[in-house]
Amino acid sequence: MVKKIAEGSHAVAEVVRLLNPDVLAMYPITPSTHIPERLSDFESDGELDGTIIRVDSEFSAMSALVGASATGVRTYTATSSQGLALMHEVLFVASAMRLPIVITVVNRALSAPLNIFNDWQDSISERDSGWIQMYGEDSQEVADLMVQAYRIAEDKRVLLPVMVCMDGFFLSHTYDVIDVPEDLKGFVPPYKPEHAYLDPKRPQTQGAWAMQEPYFELRKELEEAVGAALPVIKEVHDEFAKVFGRSYGGGAIDVYGEGDTVVVSMGSVCTNLKVLADRLGFQVVRVRCYRPFPAEDVKKALEGKKAVAVFEKDVAYGTGHGALYNDVRACTTGKAVNFIVGLGGLDVPINALEKMCGEIDAMNDGETRWQR
Amino acid sequence: MSSEVISSGHSACAGCGEIIGERMVLEALGKDVIVCQATGCMEITTTPYPRTAFKVPWLHVTFENAASAASGIVEADRKLGRNTTVVAIGGDGGMMDIGVRALSGVMERGHDLMLVVTDNEAYMNTGIQRSSGTPKYAATTTTPAGSVVPGKREWKKSISRIAIAHGIPYVATASIGFPEDLVAKVKKAQGIKGPKLLHIYTPCPVGWGYDSSKTVYYAKKIVETGLWPLYEIENGKLTISQRPTFAPLEEYFTGQKRYKHIKPEHIKEVSERVKAGWKELEKQEKAGVDLMLLP
Ligand SMILES: Cc1ncc(C[n+]2csc(CCOP(=O)(O)OP(=O)(O)O)c2C)c(N)n1
Ligand code: SF4
Ligand SMILES: [Mg+2]
Repeated sequence: MVKKIAEGSHAVAEVVRLLNPDVLAMYPITPSTHIPERLSDFESDGELDGTIIRVDSEFSAMSALVGASATGVRTYTATSSQGLALMHEVLFVASAMRLPIVITVVNRALSAPLNIFNDWQDSISERDSGWIQMYGEDSQEVADLMVQAYRIAEDKRVLLPVMVCMDGFFLSHTYDVIDVPEDLKGFVPPYKPEHAYLDPKRPQTQGAWAMQEPYFELRKELEEAVGAALPVIKEVHDEFAKVFGRSYGGGAIDVYGEGDTVVVSMGSVCTNLKVLADRLGFQVVRVRCYRPFPAEDVKKALEGKKAVAVFEKDVAYGTGHGALYNDVRACTTGKAVNFIVGLGGLDVPINALEKMCGEIDAMNDGETRWQR
Repeated sequence: MSSEVISSGHSACAGCGEIIGERMVLEALGKDVIVCQATGCMEITTTPYPRTAFKVPWLHVTFENAASAASGIVEADRKLGRNTTVVAIGGDGGMMDIGVRALSGVMERGHDLMLVVTDNEAYMNTGIQRSSGTPKYAATTTTPAGSVVPGKREWKKSISRIAIAHGIPYVATASIGFPEDLVAKVKKAQGIKGPKLLHIYTPCPVGWGYDSSKTVYYAKKIVETGLWPLYEIENGKLTISQRPTFAPLEEYFTGQKRYKHIKPEHIKEVSERVKAGWKELEKQEKAGVDLMLLP
């Protein structure tokens, strides 16, 4: 392993090259574009084994990956915002067909108004698609999550697609000291599917339609499969920590600091929240794995606490809260409050966070405040 | 109707021209094939979970992405060291309307794919709605013939011309009324590397409102009238496969409920278009088709 100064997107591209997907689909959209650009550099220099398909749209990107994954090979793409929204229809197909596709979502606000900056509305809006969703705090973790994602997705106990989410610009376009593995040490074995392949020697029909009863059953099985991925996600995190020497507190949640008040959030904003946790004496629960939602872990973390405040960059429209708040709310009967921050890339400076943290005690249970 | 590729027991209607077309294509291609099917009648009638009529590997993803999903299949197949014939197949709706972006994308990118449009001139699976493949004056449930509007107002779109504008090596039209021609074209296409497109005329008794015993009659008659030219375009060279006798259009329109309201002046207009179209075709047969080498 070598530590080097790298842009977040480039670190992701380097890890993807090592993971050696057979088919990659590419379509540019800010802020995810640096990933396909760097992978294209690798290809042009003969350093990429996989075949890049430079598709006509993100809809075709996800469609091509479903075709390739159904054929039986490893696949990859990256996207953001409108691109992920355009994939929406096919995302539901990929998960229900149990295809272990991995994508990097470089989080960006959704139109309208058009806005290229970071929030989580794009991936949050796909939370019910049957995909596993992991959120990284910094570029190192995102790079490491890419490795873990393929292990999790292709695990015979899981066989589900995974979205690795990273904050657009804050992570994708900033440089950091990153330990990019040069060798995966056998951590991700080759993908050899036994459940889904398109092979004239063993004809298989994939993507049949279903009447009410089998449909209901298959959808129930999908929910059970997403839930059953949680122990594997934790196991893979722990094993990764052993092999590569980097741990992120746990596979599902990362608990930091001590205190009666708990602040729950995801992604890069947690770095500043952790600084404040030391300063102000509260605890941070960072959700790494958003789907499946680690409800039991969150419940345990919130037990006996005075209050929980959820900071998030998304809105579950019509509920008065963000989506993460609604999930956390279901884990506690105690006081819970919500801060909607950073929509459309609005800066969330540490002093603003500090001010918000100071308001928690005076807030009513169930209250939502919008940072301006 | 049972075969090496599609077993009996599927639920396509009696006299369905589309399933005849699908079977002819797949039988001609042999068993070293992977099929990627768009949503539509051919998907619904063949694969009610947990049963399937397909004896060859088969994938359905959505209505509008058969071509792009097939591009993923073919690139994966080559990575696995194989050289399987990969077919993207769909109806006029799936390939000419909602999936036209995907179709254009795979042709432009040059994937080694068979692209097959089984054209029954409407969205049949959802109950006979208009598509860009529906001919002028045909009545559908969204272009009904009323006291003011005589069915569809626009001409049928030419998907083979759109394909040729991509500079692909092989494009052909066919009709299930001429099986030998159809099979020969499928086999020729299979031997050509790159994207190749087959546009196949497949009558639908239910959607067009004719007696189900007449499918082959209409599939032959339209070719005889000149309204459905049979040709192939190989590397820009257009060859007419069959010269029409220019049988009167009435022989084709009669007996189809979708044309029940058609008036002599409409038939005259269509017949003029047929004449002009054939003049153009014959000119191109001599001069070659513009391969659109420059934008
Ligand atoms: C995105 C989307 N829009 C609409 C539909 C509904 N739909 C399913 S099949 C179909 C029509 C299929 O028409 P065509 O491709 O001509 O095939 P046919 O049924 O005529 O064989 C439509 C509109 C769908 N499945 N997906
Ligand atoms: S409606 Fe038409 S295309 Fe569909 S199965 Fe019946 S005959 Fe075939
Ligand atoms: Mg149709």
